[in-house]
Amino acid sequence: MDFLTLLQVLDSTVRLATPLLLACLAGLFSERAGIFDIGLEGKMLMAAFLSASVAFFTGSVWIGLLAGIAASVLLSVLHGLASITFRGNQLISAVAINFLAAGLTVLIAQAWFREGGRTPSLIGGARFEPVTLPLAETLAPVPVLGPIYSELVSGHTILVYLALACVPLTWWVLWRTRFGLRLRAVGENPAAVDTAGISVVGMRYGAVVICGVLCGIAGAYLATGLQAGFVKDMTAGRGYIALAALIFAKWRPWHALGATLLFGLLQAVAVRYQNIDLGGVVIPVQVMDALPYVLTVVILAGFVGKAIPPRAGGEPYVKER
Amino acid sequence: MTMMKTLLTAAAGLALSAGAALAEPALIFDLGGKFDKSFNESAYNGAQRWAEETGGDYAEVELTSEAQREQALRRFAENGNNPIVMTGFAFGNALAEVAPDYPDTKFAIIDMVVEEPNVRSVVFNEHEGSYLVGMMAAMASDSGTVGFIGGMDIPLIRKFACGYVQGVKAVDGDAEVIQNMTGTTPAAWNDPVKGSEITKAQISQGADVIYHAAGGTGTGVLQSAADEGVLGIGVDSNQNYLHPGDVLTSMVKRVDNAVYEAMMAGDDLETGIVVMGLANGGVGYALDEHNADLVSEEMQASVDAAADRIASGDLKVHDYMSDNNCPVE
Repeated sequence: MDFLTLLQVLDSTVRLATPLLLACLAGLFSERAGIFDIGLEGKMLMAAFLSASVAFFTGSVWIGLLAGIAASVLLSVLHGLASITFRGNQLISAVAINFLAAGLTVLIAQAWFREGGRTPSLIGGARFEPVTLPLAETLAPVPVLGPIYSELVSGHTILVYLALACVPLTWWVLWRTRFGLRLRAVGENPAAVDTAGISVVGMRYGAVVICGVLCGIAGAYLATGLQAGFVKDMTAGRGYIALAALIFAKWRPWHALGATLLFGLLQAVAVRYQNIDLGGVVIPVQVMDALPYVLTVVILAGFVGKAIPPRAGGEPYVKER
Repeated sequence: MTMMKTLLTAAAGLALSAGAALAEPALIFDLGGKFDKSFNESAYNGAQRWAEETGGDYAEVELTSEAQREQALRRFAENGNNPIVMTGFAFGNALAEVAPDYPDTKFAIIDMVVEEPNVRSVVFNEHEGSYLVGMMAAMASDSGTVGFIGGMDIPLIRKFACGYVQGVKAVDGDAEVIQNMTGTTPAAWNDPVKGSEITKAQISQGADVIYHAAGGTGTGVLQSAADEGVLGIGVDSNQNYLHPGDVLTSMVKRVDNAVYEAMMAGDDLETGIVVMGLANGGVGYALDEHNADLVSEEMQASVDAAADRIASGDLKVHDYMSDNNCPVE
């Protein structure tokens, strides 16, 4: 493998890891506050659909992005309503959201566009264009560092940089602010937070709304950044891989970055090489596709450290019995 | 209650006899829906052509769930519709159940073989059409490297790939064909993001013409090919219009012809397996105003010559599904 190929694979890794990273951070906020969320997939799908549709109608990708975020937040609040206010089962409510999104997107797309559940192709300002960072062209001839900067660092859409910026931001919010301390506390011991006079319900709603915003960006990135339109079920299980990454990262933001980049790398390698020949042993492409899940199971089984979820996760908070 | 029952039975009997006298054909669309810009829409166009030419009427239904397959088949059969045409391999099991119960009704299924005495099974020689677009890809390529992107890794898709590679090699024996499958689960049909990434990976390996047989994933393939300035090749229906000037051609399956012929035949529909190939206009490549500038006369002449040779039987394109093996890589 030469240097240029390596860069291309890493470039592909960044593109594939970005939606995973955003969804993973979304799950991080929600689960740190004690709300399990396997509905990341559905929220991304809904956001992908609405962002593409609105971008198509208005011709502005930014309005599309806002619409996608709004749709995702709406589903988040629905999940919050079911699992926080009405203390329902969080898994069931999230599964329902996944089904709802899978059905509604295709149904509405068919009613609006009559193209078999997809949106028309977006053109011009209706999609995110790659951003060329300053000096990318001038620095390109510099050996080693030049191509790294111009090929790998530069040339992504703005949402990629936004997603990367979200990692330190998430760390700062959760570990360096009062809001973050309370949010984590709500996920560990809501009764203690309640005793301190802070609204558990309010904190949890705050967390699921942040989760919705991040999922919305992830979905919009799929439909208007990576693609030029929505196709039914286009998230293709990325919400679940993001959940696996969240467990792999043990619910920590920097580790989430590492986990999603690793999973992105596995996908990028699988895309580039159908079968990998390691001196006589051929690794089929399916192994690469399955590896994220296998790794997660290994982590869960406790072989590589222990993955301890937030203690109050999945439990609706009941103030008094 | 008894009275009601008698009345209902009488009404049902009346409806049945009325239906039988008319013997309207019926068409059942698969889950993709009537206006899917592809397979089902093609079937719809065929039925419309029949209706316009004969002035006849046909019954139709768009399925919305798996459970409705058998229900729809039985309803049309009870109603006396004849023949009943359905689009898609997914009807296979339901039809095998229903067909023996209505021996006087003729059925036509597309893309699947159901061995019943009153069923016409229409299958397509996708490898022949893929051979032609493979030839065009090799002729249009400057780099000598072309790509193929399949959806789910199933024998049918390998049949596309194998025909394509044979066509490429027929033009340029040294040409390299990069082949990728999107995945091994049905999700592989609807993952345009992965389709895009595979396209970019193939382009970075030198491919400058890329053929997809990947359903919804293919929208990502054609999109990325257009964005990166290489040529894509569409599949099933004519997809040239998706990115005018960036889609070299499309390998078309003439589902419309299959539906049209079945409806034309009416009650006298001949049953058994019908193979739609180059010889009877079942497959082909698309040429229209969107790709006229991309296809040179010379290219067209040699592809048409090959098509004639395949149609007459002089040139044999290997069918992957005949032995689950492809002679060329």
